[in-house]
Amino acid sequence: MIKDQEYLERKSSFCLDLAKKLGASDASVIVSNSISETVNFRNQKLDESNRSDNLAIGITTYIGKKKSSISSSNLLDDNLKILIKKCVETTKNTPEDEFNSLPDKDLLAKETKSLNLYDDTHIKNDIKIEYLTRLEASASKEKKIINTESSFTEDKSNFILANSDGFCEGYKTSSFTASSVTVAKDDISMERDYEYTSKCHLQDIRDAEELGKISAEQTIKKLSPKKIGSDKIPIIFDKRIAKGILSTFASAISSSAISRGTSFLKDKINQKIFSNDLNIFDKPDILKGLGSKSFDSEGVKTETLQLVEEGVLKNYLIDTYNGKKLNLKSNGRCGGTSNLYFDNGKISLKNLLNSNSKCLYITETIGHGSNIVTGDYSVGATGFLIENGEFKFPINEITIAGNFKDMFKNITLANDLEFKYATNSPTMMIEGMVVAGK
Amino acid sequence: MSNFFEKSDLSRNEAENIISDTLQNCDDGELYLENSKSESILLDDNKIKNSSYSSDLGFGLRAISDEIVAYSHSNEISKNSLKQSSENLRETLKSAKGTYNHSIPKSNKKYYENINPIEQKSLNEKIEILNKVNNYLRSTDSNVKQVTANFLGEQKSLEIIRSGGETLTDVRPLIRFNVSVMLEKNGRKETGVYGVGGRQSYDNYLKEDNWKNVCDEALRIASVNLESKPAPAGEMKVVLGPGWPAILIHEAVGHGLEGDFNRKKTSAFHNLMGQKVASEGVTIVDDGTIDNRRGSLTIDDEGTPTEKTVLIENGILKNFMQDRHNARLMKTKSTGSGRRENYRHIVLPRMRNTMMLNGKHTQEEMIKSVDKGIFAVSFGGGQVDITSGKFVFNCTEAYEIINGKIGSPIKGATLIGDGPSILKEVSMVGNDMMLDPGIGTCGKAGQGVPVGVAQPSILINKMTVGGTKL
Repeated sequence: MIKDQEYLERKSSFCLDLAKKLGASDASVIVSNSISETVNFRNQKLDESNRSDNLAIGITTYIGKKKSSISSSNLLDDNLKILIKKCVETTKNTPEDEFNSLPDKDLLAKETKSLNLYDDTHIKNDIKIEYLTRLEASASKEKKIINTESSFTEDKSNFILANSDGFCEGYKTSSFTASSVTVAKDDISMERDYEYTSKCHLQDIRDAEELGKISAEQTIKKLSPKKIGSDKIPIIFDKRIAKGILSTFASAISSSAISRGTSFLKDKINQKIFSNDLNIFDKPDILKGLGSKSFDSEGVKTETLQLVEEGVLKNYLIDTYNGKKLNLKSNGRCGGTSNLYFDNGKISLKNLLNSNSKCLYITETIGHGSNIVTGDYSVGATGFLIENGEFKFPINEITIAGNFKDMFKNITLANDLEFKYATNSPTMMIEGMVVAGK
Repeated sequence: MSNFFEKSDLSRNEAENIISDTLQNCDDGELYLENSKSESILLDDNKIKNSSYSSDLGFGLRAISDEIVAYSHSNEISKNSLKQSSENLRETLKSAKGTYNHSIPKSNKKYYENINPIEQKSLNEKIEILNKVNNYLRSTDSNVKQVTANFLGEQKSLEIIRSGGETLTDVRPLIRFNVSVMLEKNGRKETGVYGVGGRQSYDNYLKEDNWKNVCDEALRIASVNLESKPAPAGEMKVVLGPGWPAILIHEAVGHGLEGDFNRKKTSAFHNLMGQKVASEGVTIVDDGTIDNRRGSLTIDDEGTPTEKTVLIENGILKNFMQDRHNARLMKTKSTGSGRRENYRHIVLPRMRNTMMLNGKHTQEEMIKSVDKGIFAVSFGGGQVDITSGKFVFNCTEAYEIINGKIGSPIKGATLIGDGPSILKEVSMVGNDMMLDPGIGTCGKAGQGVPVGVAQPSILINKMTVGGTKL
């Protein structure tokens, strides 16, 4: 059983009281417990079980404008006493920073919203095994599939965030995640692909057979890939890759990158950075949303933000510290975005695929090729060649490259948005990028 | 050394009994206890942005039967908690009927000292060095617009208790010092990053000249990049510099030679043992026994003494890297490569310090032999798709080569290649082998572990360069 609110609150007030007593002018604390149970299958047999019970505490103490923090997984009072003492001592010896402070009191969340993020259902490993048995039977049907791996995880978490200004809130969340990874082989190549499902509530996860089937189909489609020549060619990003481009955008508008001057989107507020009809939202209050939250990691209330309106950058993602530095108020984005998404585009996926006589459809990228200082982008990629709307053959061992400043202005979105992850994009086409191949 | 039972209602004796009971019909397994202390001090934007300290305590109980691994971990070292873990394992391994393998090799060799680097320098001394770094960089070059510098120090104590009460322990220090500098000139911004680290005290890295060298190197890389032009796109010859560019070896072949991927036959190398997988003259080892290196280990996380494992010898595939579990199933022995990030994770076969050994050519010869290609000196991260064998890495400092001469610097680009075939494309191996500065962290299955790499300069006949210039 995960620790209840009462236990977490007792620990948090113990820490806040002690920090104050030892000389901290302000303090904040987060106490959390999460328990997750995973079962892994491989080639239709049980391969691994994993139970994880994690306790964590993080304390930040302030003395005026000085700040320091500690964290630990040992929540025994004796240990906490030693650590808090050390934290206050370190705080005294750390130089002042004029922007250090707890969040403004009037920005703190007044309550925990009811967002339906917790499902109390506990399923035994036997039930997980039954699900994975069906999943892998479905994934293994085709002869070309030579290896299957799958897993089922049930995760329950609880936390309390408190500070010396009286904020003390927290709530339980849960997630149920199933994934399938398949390897297919023919005379020419061996390929791997995957599919997964993750939801707050057990009843919402996808059917086991369907998951296995999709994973296997996607893998087999990749067999016998070709390498193409270097070219400038329109690129269509599958939804699971398009969301990564949205995440890079989010890191480039974080107040820390902006205030440090290390983002290619610095000073671009109220300027057009995307194509005309593009809209980006960050919506924290979606019921059962994978990224939903009542407040950010400092306790600041979160409201829906339209980050980009008709192509124009409208908001940064602001926390207390960098907000003060930029002379802006926190908008509750300490710790990042919540449910971030591009609004639907105007054309269907079919029309998007048909919009050019020849394009590349990218299903996977590898490498860490996004540079948010310069906006340069260069990654390894795998996908398909599309001619006149039809998938011709799989492609690999190529790279795709461009600069986000140009790429953002050349985005066309399909109208097939769905909320599968915390960050979501419809299928995306970008024109003008360079493919390097043979 | 930590006494894990000191403040617990669980005695060592009781723990040993629970372990032996849990592992009764199992092939292998152990209780792993860990206590780690770490600190991080960060200077950024002219200020000490963060000073933090963390202490992490927990255990992981593992039981293995045939191919099945059951694992449970918790932060509470108590009777209740260990019993709950034991029950969880037994539920998974209801039908286990193995025989416990008690044998584990022994060695007295140690590759680092039992020190706590965090306590060896006061907070004020560390802050002072970071401030000096900031002032030095900003006064050296007026184009410097941002400086980030940080220290990470860690001491990890671990104890492994096996069925029957056999106990193995290790205390591992680890430090890292990193500098990142951003330059701005004529509206253009570029960064340069450099760092050093290993398993010894801060003083080995932070004497006056040492920290200045780190700053100079970061600044040099950033300055080169300010002058860089768009990278070419397409297949061409690539000369790799010595040292850190060996992450090519790590990504291209290292991961594919880890035991688990080969037992599961998902690695492109699984059926190539004893065969020629690289050009003649290419020898690659994975060595956990180099003193004070980031990837070195006295014992691995299963208690096996570490070793120097020959992976590829003169082009021929000789060995995979093994932990106990994969070794048993593949009927071979552990190479001391069983590692985990911490007690929250299961053991996997992992790399330590992966090195390509010296050949006989000079870097000059290599450059001279290239009509059109690139010379890659420094890299950011890399990644590999084990199954297809395709791997990438990102250049952070590279130059074009035209008619045998080094030309202009080029912008960061991704290089992509095919793991099983790339080593056959190595046409010259240099005589200038260098270890990396001690900065690598390898990720696998969500676990990061410190690793090292080394190589001499090498010439690769053909790789795809992911630039924007057609």
